[in-house]
Amino acid sequence: MNEYAVGDILASRVVTFTRADLLAYAGASGDGNLIHQDESVAKSVGLPGVIAHGMLTMGAAVQPVVDWIAAAVPGARIAEYGVRFTRPVIVDGDGGAEVTIEAKLAAVDEAARTARVDLTVSAAGQTVLGKAQVFVADLPTEAA
Amino acid sequence: MAVNPDLVGRSYPRTVAVEATAERVAAFARAVKASDESRVPPTFAIVVQQASLDLLLTDPTTGIVLERVVHGEQRFAYQRDIVVGDVLTGELTITGVRALGPAAMVTAETVIRDAADTTVATATSVLVVGSGDE
Repeated sequence: MNEYAVGDILASRVVTFTRADLLAYAGASGDGNLIHQDESVAKSVGLPGVIAHGMLTMGAAVQPVVDWIAAAVPGARIAEYGVRFTRPVIVDGDGGAEVTIEAKLAAVDEAARTARVDLTVSAAGQTVLGKAQVFVADLPTEAA
Repeated sequence: MAVNPDLVGRSYPRTVAVEATAERVAAFARAVKASDESRVPPTFAIVVQQASLDLLLTDPTTGIVLERVVHGEQRFAYQRDIVVGDVLTGELTITGVRALGPAAMVTAETVIRDAADTTVATATSVLVVGSGDE
């Protein structure tokens, strides 16, 4: 980890969620809640429109860290990952929703060979996840 | 009906086994926009926790009405990576019920074990449950 300093941006990515992506996530995860598919159902429970599964956002948000581990610190693993769902991601029927992900190195413990990576995840200019933190363990000794 | 405060400590039976087949993992990986479809995404563990939450959410004695449930927080702690071929079960325990105005925050912790009965991960969901009176 010598080549990294706390505060470094390790990865960033912009992903687009379309209504078809929500349908694919529903099928893959088993979460068939219609607020993620049907505009009228979403509005009937007070939402402004169809929203992405929080778990889809959480799942996509960690992928840049998965790729960074594979490329930069192979052998390391994710030991913990947690988020708060602070705002819904509203997925437009035509344009979908653009979600921006940035992963920043927040802390490193060289002796324990662990690191904390903080995720900033936003859509429509507002963060949608709070306290999104990934704890990485088993960092390679030569790198740590 | 409000959330039953006596839920804390209640456990549910283990879920049916969820097999992390290559097809299932690839579909999940594509859905969360992973770049490698052969690697199990960290949040795949939610598939097992969802199966355990279904037991909680269909239990008529909890006072929890599915339509009023919002996912507030989610955490995973992993003892090891989940890999293709794992056969996993989940065992859910309610570890917290806290009033939040007229709503309640219910914390559900699911221990995920492999076929050798070794703990692979623990998934924790915090559900915000409306009372219907707010």
